[in-house]
Amino acid sequence: MLDADFFRRWMTATAESVGREAERLTELDSPIGDADHGINLRRGFDAVADVVAEKVPDTPGAVLVLAGSRLISTVGGASGPLYGTLLRRTGKALGDTAEVSPEQFTDALRVGVDAVMALGGAAPGDKTMIDALVPAVDALGESFAAARAAAEQGALATTPLQARKGRASYLGERSIGHQDPGATSAALLIAALAETAGE
Amino acid sequence: MSDGTVSSGEQGAQLVGVVLVSHSAAVAASVADLARALIGGGGTVPVAAAGGTESGGLGTSAELITAAARSVDRGAGVAVLTDLGSAVLTVKALLAEGDELPDGTRLVDAPFVEGAVAAVVTASTGADLAAVEAAAAEAYTYRKV
Repeated sequence: MLDADFFRRWMTATAESVGREAERLTELDSPIGDADHGINLRRGFDAVADVVAEKVPDTPGAVLVLAGSRLISTVGGASGPLYGTLLRRTGKALGDTAEVSPEQFTDALRVGVDAVMALGGAAPGDKTMIDALVPAVDALGESFAAARAAAEQGALATTPLQARKGRASYLGERSIGHQDPGATSAALLIAALAETAGE
Repeated sequence: MSDGTVSSGEQGAQLVGVVLVSHSAAVAASVADLARALIGGGGTVPVAAAGGTESGGLGTSAELITAAARSVDRGAGVAVLTDLGSAVLTVKALLAEGDELPDGTRLVDAPFVEGAVAAVVTASTGADLAAVEAAAAEAYTYRKV
């Protein structure tokens, strides 16, 4: 079973990972975005790490709702409302139970991913974070490690795609050949989840 | 952040507020100035600009949007117009929260500059939120060539 502490450690691990990888995310965002993905996401997850340490929310759902709200307030770019919606909807779907099973978490994360697709209007294959998140949720029933591998594979698989959402979509065919920064950061989030679970 | 007192429209009617959300503080403020200037002799519509991040950079701030919406809320609804990407997504995410923005706040699907002018001019007549939204959306149909 997964308790509030597990989810706090997941958020902290994500903040550390995003901090380590911020420069790479921004480099990926230079050719096809506005070169701020790493900076924005680091600012957001640093704020998340602070707030979950400070407020010590006591249920898994409360941790994720709080984290999502902080991201919307602090990121400043499109990844804020997108990741914020992902975490908040997942948290709301978990309700207010003190512990959740991996199966319950998988179902809730799927609700969160669906909400992100509705918010941004993106589908798999559009070269967005969805290309890492959908395969991750699909593999999560198997194990956290499988979800991590699926997310990383999904992020790598965005390279040959043409972007159909966000600023990169204005570039048309010139977006081909670059790995999507949003899918890459989504893979970091899922990798931090597996790391937190010890897988 | 600016607003104004209710001084026109039907007697006692409250005016719809307008919030302009851009990645750039200068763009949001300038479009607000332009729309206000085109009201003419009518009243003063509560218009607020929410441009850029709180630290003055380019981007979108949920806090600035929330504060702007509250500052223009006169109880008749608030029309929010946005430019790109994160401006659209942040307003949608705030609306999905349910309690972050005043009751009767709506994201209006409209071109930013032309829609803002149409929204503010329509609001100055004392029109309701649906009419303000329709006027702003109609700006999409105005072809220039």
